Amino acid sequence: MTDVDDLPCDELVELVTDYLEGALDTSERARFEAHLVTCEGCRAYLEQVRLTVRMLAHLPAEDLSPPAREHVLEAFRAWRAGAGEG
Amino acid sequence: MARRSPAPQQSERGATNDPSTPAQPGSWPGEDVELLRRLRAGEEAAFASLVDAWSGSMLRVAVAHVRSRALAEEAVQDTWIAVLRGLAGFEGRSSLKTWVFRILTYTCRAKLERERRVPPLSDVLRPDELGAGPVVAVDRFLSADHPRWPGHWSRPPVLWARRPDEVLLDDELRHRIAEAVARLPQRQRAVLTLRDIEGFTADEVCALLGLQAGNQRVLLHRARSAVRASLEDYLSVEAR
Repeated sequence: MTDVDDLPCDELVELVTDYLEGALDTSERARFEAHLVTCEGCRAYLEQVRLTVRMLAHLPAEDLSPPAREHVLEAFRAWRAGAGEG
Repeated sequence: MARRSPAPQQSERGATNDPSTPAQPGSWPGEDVELLRRLRAGEEAAFASLVDAWSGSMLRVAVAHVRSRALAEEAVQDTWIAVLRGLAGFEGRSSLKTWVFRILTYTCRAKLERERRVPPLSDVLRPDELGAGPVVAVDRFLSADHPRWPGHWSRPPVLWARRPDEVLLDDELRHRIAEAVARLPQRQRAVLTLRDIEGFTADEVCALLGLQAGNQRVLLHRARSAVRASLEDYLSVEAR
């Protein structure tokens, strides 16, 4: 029997970001967490979102190309020559 | 915001007076003061290490705005030059990093405006920025008039891994993630890049992009959900 207060899964997935951001109010968060206890699918979904964020955080950054980097350093030397010692 | 900066070597702070020690970009005001002093004194080593530490992130953020790698490189170079011009007047009301990334944001918007007409920075989210429909396909759920479990999963997601570190971020996966991010509408891409890839806080991103907190969250929600969805099948199969 479905509890009338149970958060359906198709609503939970729309609240995931608010949950992770701490933007749900107390009762919303309670409903959210109560649903997670009994719903393996939603637990897996939340974990997928968490893993997605974790992978995004681990993407390596590329470097500025050597000519671009040199251009920037030359601009520094020109600036230093123009401005004098600070 | 220090997630991808090199760890500040606080215990060796006295050693930064040594000109041969590269500057450690600071994430707290005390280190900013030392770094500023060295920059204003014209120490190239300090400036070069800053460029090397931050340009990768700046490139990534710029690509999120302007899309093209070539334009992004121009934007990053233009930003550093603007930083040099503004260095004397920088008052330290924000951190050095926030200031540099704010200049980057303005520089990118200027480039966008020159390349094509861009609406003024507005908090109002247009429908095309949000994308249409729910973040998970409707057919993944039982219908609202299901007799026992309305709105519950019909085909639930599976765990991608038992532990987060089991997911190997190899070239293939990195490529897929980068593609998914590149496909996002511009402001979703910008928010996701700044928040989840670069580690800026919600407040910082709102300030950088001129967004209210609620709208920033909506854009983040749409973006994260889209990236998750694009990876789901690939990672669910891999996990088996």
